[in-house]
Parts: sequence; structure tokens; C-alpha cells
Amino acid sequence: MRHTTTVVVGAGHCGLAVSRCLAQRSVDHVVLERGEVAHSWRTQRWDSLRLLTPNWMTRLPGRAYTGDDPHGYLGVPEVVRLLEDYATGAPVLTGTTVASVRPRDQGYLARTDRGSWHARTVVVATGAAAVPARPVVALPAGITAVTAVDYRNPDRLPDGGVLVVGASASGIQIADELARSGRPVTLAVGEHVRMPRTYRGRDILWWMDASGLLDERWDAVPDLARARALPSMQLAGAPRTLDLNALRGLGVRLVGRLAGVRDGATAQFSGSLANVCALADLKLGRLLDTIDAWAARAGVDAGPPQRFAATEVPAPVLSARLGPEGIETVVWATGLRPDLSFLDAAVFDQKGRVVHDGGVTAAPGLYVLGLPFLRRRRSTLIDGAGADARDLVDHLVAHLDTLARRAS
Amino acid sequence: MTTSIADNGVNVAALLGAREAFADAPEIARFQWRSNVTWVNGTHSEAEVETFSGFGTEQRHSKKFAFDIDHPLQFAAEDNGITPVEYVLVALGGCLTAGIAAVAQQRGIQLRSVRAGVTAEMDLHGILGADPDVRNGFSGVCVDYTIDADATRAEVEALVAQSQKRSAVYDIMTNPTAVTVTIS
Repeated sequence: MRHTTTVVVGAGHCGLAVSRCLAQRSVDHVVLERGEVAHSWRTQRWDSLRLLTPNWMTRLPGRAYTGDDPHGYLGVPEVVRLLEDYATGAPVLTGTTVASVRPRDQGYLARTDRGSWHARTVVVATGAAAVPARPVVALPAGITAVTAVDYRNPDRLPDGGVLVVGASASGIQIADELARSGRPVTLAVGEHVRMPRTYRGRDILWWMDASGLLDERWDAVPDLARARALPSMQLAGAPRTLDLNALRGLGVRLVGRLAGVRDGATAQFSGSLANVCALADLKLGRLLDTIDAWAARAGVDAGPPQRFAATEVPAPVLSARLGPEGIETVVWATGLRPDLSFLDAAVFDQKGRVVHDGGVTAAPGLYVLGLPFLRRRRSTLIDGAGADARDLVDHLVAHLDTLARRAS
Repeated sequence: MTTSIADNGVNVAALLGAREAFADAPEIARFQWRSNVTWVNGTHSEAEVETFSGFGTEQRHSKKFAFDIDHPLQFAAEDNGITPVEYVLVALGGCLTAGIAAVAQQRGIQLRSVRAGVTAEMDLHGILGADPDVRNGFSGVCVDYTIDADATRAEVEALVAQSQKRSAVYDIMTNPTAVTVTIS
């Protein structure tokens, strides 16, 4: 068994940001990575995907964007290169899958497929998006089903009608791409977060960043459970707005949330489409009100306030046939959830979700990182890893000091 | 300085307290609703509602409520009560309106009047088995609210939207529900 002060699980942007902060504080550590650096970026992203955040926002501790396209959006190979480069010099052990982490001797024992580690502290940075969260709906035989994680490009799917389930960032982009490939696309829309790509001449994320909205803290937000469960913003990494109206313009058929499959061959959709669209339009209106008020206070030099047309809700479609001549492929874009099943510690609630206070779990010295709204709204973004990693490493170092005092 | 506190007669503290209690003991959130229906004559039945279970135990209303269900004279019936489908409208309007009051209370919005017109379209070809392409139930339901409140138009729209989002009857009507009918 090997010993270190801190084991970091996962060498994505969060794990690497923590490693950078630990190194700055001279904390001896190792980063255990099941695959290669940026593993999920290499294996779980569709071909055309680009980051939803503009390049200037691709900030990590000790790393700012210095390229010549600050308003562009990085493609997946570029993200992989960026993280590979960022990992240079970090103590990353690739090809090392953590099987379990459990409390042991004033610290933790991390068993891997390449030996065990003992560490006084553990930072779990395996990401919020480890496994697809798929509703339990039985599809008839003969229907091709893929998740947003398995989806690569339209050519890999059969011809014919496609039902994309979920209208958050992944669902709208995949629906867009499939519609452009000439397929009839039906998009099942539940609660969603409508977002224009640009507002008053600037990227919407510029406004959210500059106005401090992304810095809203987890311990100050009125309904944290709701904030953490919020679907991803309807954005694409391109200088255009991709909302439901745009998709309708491409011929995408909008239907309500997938409610179930009846008689083994009929998909049923909720009749709540009009209300989820109204909720999203109202929420967007409130966001723009907030931005306008801040812009006026801060004296921002930008274009005049804009308001966007309400989402056009089509005549209700409550069912669709699954099978030849109908919907032949289903793409589940119903979100992802963390997989912390390797964690053998009393840090889960009754529904199996990790309980933490801004990344600090009830198990002393055990931290989680890279979850939605972990410590701030920004936590969901690559740009949020830096501040969260610094905060948690501060806490971790204080914990190590306490252990040291107790021992002396 | 005077502070006006909205009072819509909704005990939001009790509702939020229940939500907190459920976090500690999720099983007490499991409720069962009941109604006993007795056929009288023709299309006339009488429904009683008295007990339910929830909060981990048997519960009862403060009294037994009774409802007549029938069909109107135009259906060659005696019109001893409203039709079953009209009870559905009553349930939807009642549920959404209660939701509006509760959400308004929580948001500190004083309501002065709330009126809902609930309408449902139905093609009788369905229930008469005259056209297999027509469903038995409603082809659509509309709820039209007239609300007088100390709030902006956008705030009122948000109230109505949030009420739909949290409404049991709205969910029951917009999403399929498994229904099992047995014979004892």
C-alpha cells in the first residue's frame, strides 16, 4: 500500500484544478484517473459538440485563455488538448480505476485495480455527468435507443423518424443536428431553461459572469435543491440562439414530456407543453430584468434592452407511433448523474445522492467537487472549478492542520 | 414605515413544515384518497368522501361529504347532480386555484379576487362508440383566470404557471395514470 496526503479521484478539469491548488499549498497528492486525462471528453461526447461557454471563460487556476478567438467556443479535441496541457507536471496516474474509497485509520483507503492508497484526505472529482439518467420506459423491440453520451453523429443512426427526449443543452443540439440531416425529429420537452446566445450584443454568459449572477453562493440561494436540479441552459457552442422557436423553424415537432409507452408501441406525451414553455419564458424574462437592472446600475455600454418572442406552442400532439414509418430511433437526452458508487462512506441520503455542504461531506477530510451549484452557480461550468477547488483546498488544509495538532 | 403582509388565508408555514417533516420521514408523505360510490338509479349515483390516510395514520375529514352524480335532462336522465366529467372540471379548477393562493401567499402577493372559467371540449361520438377515431375523454381543456392582485402582470402569470407545475389534478389530467378496476 502506498501513502499520500490527498487522493484526488478523476483527472478532468475539476481534479486537475484541485491538483494545481494542492501543489500551490505543497500538499503531497496523487490524481487517480480510470482512463486518460479528460477521459469523458474523449469517450462521451458527440462529434460536433463545442463548449457552451466562450473561450475567454475557459479559465482554470493558473490558466487563462490566451488564444486569438476569445469569443469562440472550443471543440472537443481542443478541450482534450487543453486539459492534457494543463495536466503537465501534475501527479496523475492514468489507467487506474478506483474500486472503493472507505474510511480507514484517520483517513481513507482507496483501492484501485493497480494497488491501494492510504490518504488522510480524498477529493472526489469524478464529475456530475458520469452516467446517463434515463427514465424507466420500456421501448418496443426494433427501436434503436441511444443516450446523449453514446450519440456521435446523424450518420450513425438509422434513417427515419427520431424522438429526442429532453430539451436541455444536449437535446436541443442533437435535435438540431438530426433535423438538419433531413430526419423527421420529434422533441419531447419538459421543464427547460430558455437562453438567448447573445443579449444586447454580448454573450449571455458575459452578462451572467459580469453581473455576479454566476457567483451566487450555495448557502445564500433561496431554494438550493431546486437550483442544483435545474436543467442545463438551452445553449449551443455557436454564435446563434438555439431555442424551441428556432427548432420549430427547422421543422422539429415539439411535444410534451415523454409520459410513457402504451400498448408497447405508442409513445404518450404530457399535455403540459404550454405550461413548461410559459415557465421558461417567464424565467427568461426575470433573468433579463435582472441583467437590465444591473446594466443600468453598472453603466454598461451595450445595446438597448431586448425581449424575445414568446415560445410558440404548437397544437398539442399527445402520442406518436413507435416503429416503422413512425419513430424508429429514440435519443435519451434526459441528463446525467454522478456515479459515486465506489464511495463506501456514510455520505448519501435515502435516494442515494451525496450529501455535502458546498463540497464538504460529513466524513471529515472527504470532499466532492464538480457537481451542479456545488458552491456557486458557476460550479456547473469549467470556469467554476477554480474558485471551488481553492475553497475546498483551504478547508482541506485546515483539516490537515487539525489532524496534525491532535497528533502532537 | 409600515409593512403590509399578504394574507390569503393559506398557512404556508404549515405547508413548508410538512415538507421539512417529509425530508426526515418520507413514508409519512404517502397518502391514499378514497371515495365510495353507490348506484341509486339510472345514471344517478351518490359518492361519499370521509376518510383518507396520510402522515402515517388513518385520517378523516371533519364530516362526511356527499355528492350526487347524474346526467342532465337532455340525456334523458333526472339531473340529480352534475356529470362525472364536470366533477373533473371542478377538481381541476379547485386544485389550480388553491395552488394560486398558496404560491401567492409564499411570494407575499395579496390576492383580492381569483375567478377561473373552466371549459372542456368533448365529442360524444367517443362515448357512444359511434366513431373509433374519437376518444371518450376531453379533446382539450381550457382554464381562463381573472385575477385581481397586488402584483404585476408577469408576477400573476408566474403564479398561474407555478400553480400548474405543482398541481396534482393538472398532472393527473396531462399525464397518463395506471387505473386498475377489480371486482370484489
